[in-house]
Amino acid sequence: MTNFWEHYRFLVLRRFTQISLMLLYIGGNYWGWNFVQGNLSASMLFGVVPLNDPYAALQMFAAGAVITTNLFVGALIVTIFYMLLGGRTFCSWVCPVNIITDAANYLRRKLHVNQVEKKQPASRNIRYWVLGLSLVLSYILGVTAFEFISPISITHRAIIFGVGLGWTAMLVIFLFDLFILKNGWCGHICPLGGFYGVIGKVGAVRVDHDEEKCTVCMKCKIVCPEPQVLFMVGKESLQVLDGECTNCGRCIEVCDDDALNFSIRKLAKEKRDENN
Amino acid sequence: MALSRRDFLKSSAAASAAAAVGMSVPAPLQAASNEAQKEWRWDKAACRFCGTGCGIMMATKDGKIVAVKGDPAAPVNRGLNCIKGYFNAKIMYGADRLKQPLLRVGSDGKFDKKGQFKPVSWERAFDEMEVHIKKSLKEKGPEGVAVFASGQYTVMEGYAAQKMMKAGFRSNAIDPNARHCMASAVVGFYQTFGIDEPSGCYDDIELTDTIVTWGSNMAEMHPILWSRVTDRKLSDPDRVKVINMSTYRHRTSDLADIEIIFSPNTDLALWNYIAREIVYNAPDSIDWDFVNKHMVFAASPVNMGYGMRNAKEFKKYPEMAKKYTALERETISQEDEHIVSAKEAPALAPYGYKEGDKMVNKPAGLKHWEISFEEYKKFLDPYTLDYTAKISKGNPDEDIEEFKKKLQTLANLYIEKGRKVVSFWTMGMNQHTRGTWVNTLSYNVHFLLNKQAKPGSGAFSLTGQPSACGTAREVGTFAHRLPADMMVKSPKHRKIAENGWKIPEGTLNPKGHQHIMKIHRDIEDGNVTFAWVNVCNPYQDSGSAKHWIKAAREMDNFIVTSDGYPGISAKVSDLILPSAMIYEKWGAYGNAERRTQHWRQQVLPVGDAMSDTWQWLELSKRFTVADLWGEQTLVSTGGKKKLPDVIAAAEKMGYKKDTTMFDILFANEKAKSYKLDKNNPVQKGYDNSEGYGDSRKVKGSDGKVFEGYGFMIHQYLFEEYASFGRGHGHDLADFETYHKVRGLKWPVVDGKETQWRFNAKYDPYAAKATKKSGNSHAFYGTLAKALSQGDLMGIKDKKKKPLPNKAKIFARPYMDPPEMPCKEYDTWLCTGRVLEHWHSGTMTMRVPELYRAVPEALCYMHPEDAKTKGLKQGKLCWVESRRGRVKARVETRGRNRPSRGLVFVPWFDEKVFINKVCLDATCPQSKQTDYKKCAVKIYKV
Amino acid sequence: MSNENPQIKKKREQTMVDERRKFILGTARAVGIVALGGLVWSAYVDEVTANKLILRPPGALKEDDFLATCIKCGMCVEACPFDTLKLANPGDNKPLGTPYFEPRDIPCYMCPDIPCVPVCPTGALDEALVTTDGKLDINLADMGVAVVDTKNCIAFWGIQCDACYRACPLMDQAIYLKYEKNERTGKHAFLKPIVDSDFCTGCGLCERACVTKKATITIVPREIVIGSLDDHYIKGWDKKDEKRLKNAKADITTTELSKESAMDSLNDMGGLLDD
Repeated sequence: MTNFWEHYRFLVLRRFTQISLMLLYIGGNYWGWNFVQGNLSASMLFGVVPLNDPYAALQMFAAGAVITTNLFVGALIVTIFYMLLGGRTFCSWVCPVNIITDAANYLRRKLHVNQVEKKQPASRNIRYWVLGLSLVLSYILGVTAFEFISPISITHRAIIFGVGLGWTAMLVIFLFDLFILKNGWCGHICPLGGFYGVIGKVGAVRVDHDEEKCTVCMKCKIVCPEPQVLFMVGKESLQVLDGECTNCGRCIEVCDDDALNFSIRKLAKEKRDENN
Repeated sequence: MALSRRDFLKSSAAASAAAAVGMSVPAPLQAASNEAQKEWRWDKAACRFCGTGCGIMMATKDGKIVAVKGDPAAPVNRGLNCIKGYFNAKIMYGADRLKQPLLRVGSDGKFDKKGQFKPVSWERAFDEMEVHIKKSLKEKGPEGVAVFASGQYTVMEGYAAQKMMKAGFRSNAIDPNARHCMASAVVGFYQTFGIDEPSGCYDDIELTDTIVTWGSNMAEMHPILWSRVTDRKLSDPDRVKVINMSTYRHRTSDLADIEIIFSPNTDLALWNYIAREIVYNAPDSIDWDFVNKHMVFAASPVNMGYGMRNAKEFKKYPEMAKKYTALERETISQEDEHIVSAKEAPALAPYGYKEGDKMVNKPAGLKHWEISFEEYKKFLDPYTLDYTAKISKGNPDEDIEEFKKKLQTLANLYIEKGRKVVSFWTMGMNQHTRGTWVNTLSYNVHFLLNKQAKPGSGAFSLTGQPSACGTAREVGTFAHRLPADMMVKSPKHRKIAENGWKIPEGTLNPKGHQHIMKIHRDIEDGNVTFAWVNVCNPYQDSGSAKHWIKAAREMDNFIVTSDGYPGISAKVSDLILPSAMIYEKWGAYGNAERRTQHWRQQVLPVGDAMSDTWQWLELSKRFTVADLWGEQTLVSTGGKKKLPDVIAAAEKMGYKKDTTMFDILFANEKAKSYKLDKNNPVQKGYDNSEGYGDSRKVKGSDGKVFEGYGFMIHQYLFEEYASFGRGHGHDLADFETYHKVRGLKWPVVDGKETQWRFNAKYDPYAAKATKKSGNSHAFYGTLAKALSQGDLMGIKDKKKKPLPNKAKIFARPYMDPPEMPCKEYDTWLCTGRVLEHWHSGTMTMRVPELYRAVPEALCYMHPEDAKTKGLKQGKLCWVESRRGRVKARVETRGRNRPSRGLVFVPWFDEKVFINKVCLDATCPQSKQTDYKKCAVKIYKV
Repeated sequence: MSNENPQIKKKREQTMVDERRKFILGTARAVGIVALGGLVWSAYVDEVTANKLILRPPGALKEDDFLATCIKCGMCVEACPFDTLKLANPGDNKPLGTPYFEPRDIPCYMCPDIPCVPVCPTGALDEALVTTDGKLDINLADMGVAVVDTKNCIAFWGIQCDACYRACPLMDQAIYLKYEKNERTGKHAFLKPIVDSDFCTGCGLCERACVTKKATITIVPREIVIGSLDDHYIKGWDKKDEKRLKNAKADITTTELSKESAMDSLNDMGGLLDD
């Protein structure tokens, strides 16, 4: 049991926050719970604190909409929150799509789809292109362009407001990730992830790699949805500073050598400096 | 034969128009018409719903009703319909139509009062009824067997039911839901004219200058008549005035030149105010010649209570008394004693009462006596404009001076010389604890001005139900009535009926006291232990509903409901019988203008459903002379009174002890003389499930396939019933004639209908009565036509003076209703209907379009009231009285706009069961429940 | 790193060349995909925003502004006590996630406190549009306007229906009855429901109540059916109409005939002298 907890503690916690957040939203919709109402695009915490998707707000700005104070404050709170937390914490701890893509990824490993297609045919930078494109299109079309197609929004709306045809979006992502592109949606295309990757660059919570303990088993790289951020594994003792890291903690869990751990930016380095 | 669509339309229109007026269609056209109608068949019928009596045509295809159209030849509606009539074709085939008898049984398959409904055969159903009726007769006498009858019975059904009840079971405990709807109008007619039903007809609308609606939302409840009123207004907008008198604003105010919102019950004061204006301020307007020749003045006791339970009953039935809470008793105590209020004191002053006096109530019956004009004038004295306006202003936000001006204008319009006036009313004046009074007061004004029974002038009671007039009243399915305005208490009338029915003299029960509320109360008292619900929904439509439902479910009795759909009454029953619906049987209805309209059976009933007529006839097979005609005890008299043993007399008439009631009352020689004839143009091509049986091969009451009675039962029942009225001012045409015309207004004399009764120019009976005198009118009704003499306080000279051909002007004061808003229950509750739904909604709530249009009953209230009570538009509130509470959605907008202090809740919705809240107080004379006023409190859910 | 094995170094350099080529190729591919994606994407957005027959909640901004401003959070949907409002799902052929309602299904019951509007975080539902004198006023809502199909409306046949009229929360304003004589019967009147677009909020209670198979009174977004006028003519009999004068100005007008300057057209004899 202890072993299980050791190996899955972050996964369990992440699923817990993801699911309970959805439940709180569902409760807000169906039973009028006051904890958090709305959805991941915009919501109200305790009926007072506005929380808004800063990326959506950015698109609205590009589309030429008047940004209300409420919206601005809400977007700012969320931005600061993830800036402080760091990385794409949203992606792995909040976003419900993560559950789908993780499932696809898990199945992909089990079905050995990875073996069939080792080389990834697409660049992980596409998301920044999509991000840029969404803002350009928002500007040109005068609408919040990504929000019109966002499978993330479709998914959480489907969950919070009743399913409808929203499940098709989930299925498409699932199949895409399973058969076409490993980490296809979250790791390559999703501009929201890209957006959080950019603002999360300066965040405080970072995975720290201790090369001395590393046995180069590479389990971490196998489970990592963004393996490129772990370039230092087995090579150097470094903090994972890349914004694309989702702070999911899977690498920490699978590491049998205690070579990976969460840390606070700088602090870890200082600690290591002290040790050295 | 080639026929273009255009040809077809032309020929079928011509054929239906021709059939309408009974003229022969030229042969080539006739052939074309038959050709075109191969796939479907049009035939005339009457609308199922309200008392207007619109003519329709039903289309049948493959044995099902598929469409309806307004009958362009029908004089009432000329092809138009209202929204309910528009859906006549869609009421028949609801998914939950009752298709077989259902009995509550236990696990052993035997009847169990607490069991679940299970399908049973018709044979088993009649077995159970027989057993329980015999048990009730043995234990409780004839009064223990009761029928909730209907103003929606066909004429034939009503006649069959009342014949079996009164002649067979010797029980007068048969009373229709029409009691709730126009009993006050009936007693008003009896007391005023000596004969039932309106003097005028709908043609008055086209001829009048003034339409005053008193407690009648014609715009929603009689829409086709309302469109005629609208047309009249449009044709001369300056001359024609429309005045709406109501306790709250409703759609009829739309067209009105004047809207008068009065405080509930003060219509009594308003009528007396108009009469006072005539007598005191415009005496020249009185047509003294008319009044002297045709009128007497009359008075009656005022301390007659409110038709509720009384202390004596509570003492007599301690078990029952326990079922009434202290809160309920607060109101019911008024029945015994009433403290004269400041509001009513001036009106009661001529009777010797002053404010704070204790009025001891006692049953007064229908007693009244003649008084002088001076006494009448003295009686009118209190109804000055100031007093009347003070007590009757119904909108607290209206300026009193404005209100007074309106009252003055109203009086002036009535009085204006040469101005024709029609006063229409419906439930507002009938559902009233002084309903009989206010009905008679309406005629006073018209009589004084000689504006009654004349083209374009008259007080005109509109009925609610399609055959409240035709069946309930004319056939006499009331506890106290026999056909054609005869009364069970009159030995002469009983004799006429006994002779007509070929039953021994003395068979009929002279005591007809079990009106519909009495039946409910008798069940609660344990005096009625068998009750059969026919074509009505008494467990939804009666005030203080919880009491009656509990009595039905929790006491030792047997309740049967015959219905097309499962309503609340079916739910509280022990046995449910599936009934054929209107177009699944031959029938006839009589509307509010005395128009009798017949139709043929259009289609076979669904499932094993059979008509109510058939059900009655089958039941009658189970009872013999020996079973019913021996000595019977009337329990209500404490056993003092007995019905005589007439078995010997019956044997003398040729009946045997084991002759069944079926053979005596229904399948007798006369009945069999009405032959089934497939070549008869009236019968040709039409089903007759009672006559022949039908292709469904329904297993009947003996477990064998029902093969038909073998004679034209409908014609027999109709003709025998009609024979009682012919020659007595109630003349109906013969059965076959009605199948050729679009209805006829009785009396039909020499093949001609009568538009204005009592008027020598139009009514052959009046013409005959005035031949010598040369008078313009003759009020030839014969009931209560000899009066003792007295003054307001009572009879002074008991000797009865006859008043042939005269009508009466009554002194009847304003009085408070028994329950009025107080500190705790601070709001008036008024109930009623909506255009989209018919009565308790068993049919219209099953039409998807009507259900969608109005899916639930709302609580209409003033926005200020909602605000002060913390209620929100569209949210639920509780409506609670001393008797119970229901949840309803708050509506501060929309069709009904009450003033502050009153809410309106319609009663069609079984989920908003407003009759749990309503009081069962009635007019003590007519026994009609007052659903228009009780006190409630409204609060947030 | 300084003491790197030369072999490794070589390999690394080679890898770097590969990496560079890969990067260029990858980028080119990404650009291509993004361009293609962008086209499909904007085509889709165009398609769904072309659907102008969508009924929005009370207080919604003009459709174009609404689409730019709505964040699709569903707070209005949550606030609606009657489940009137829905968020567009895939397959609804409406801008995804935006709130709308279908009155035949569930109409707007016009709550006086308009719970759906104040909760909007972005102002896509604008309180100012449904406020008079600092108080919320649902009667100002403009969700659409009712249109009667007078051919199939049974009231226009003379049937005493008017279910729409009685269902109207602004009865006698938004829908009133026009009385007309029925010459065919000679004694009845038509009671025809007429919509006054000045008052109609487009709540759809009428459409919901309509008893015909497909409703003969339907709510349509106002801009689809309501015309507009130039400001050069003011109703002489209506004082209120004066306010349109505010926008009136004298524009230079051009027709096919007058598009050339006076001089040019005068100098062009253009066949005037021909036979």
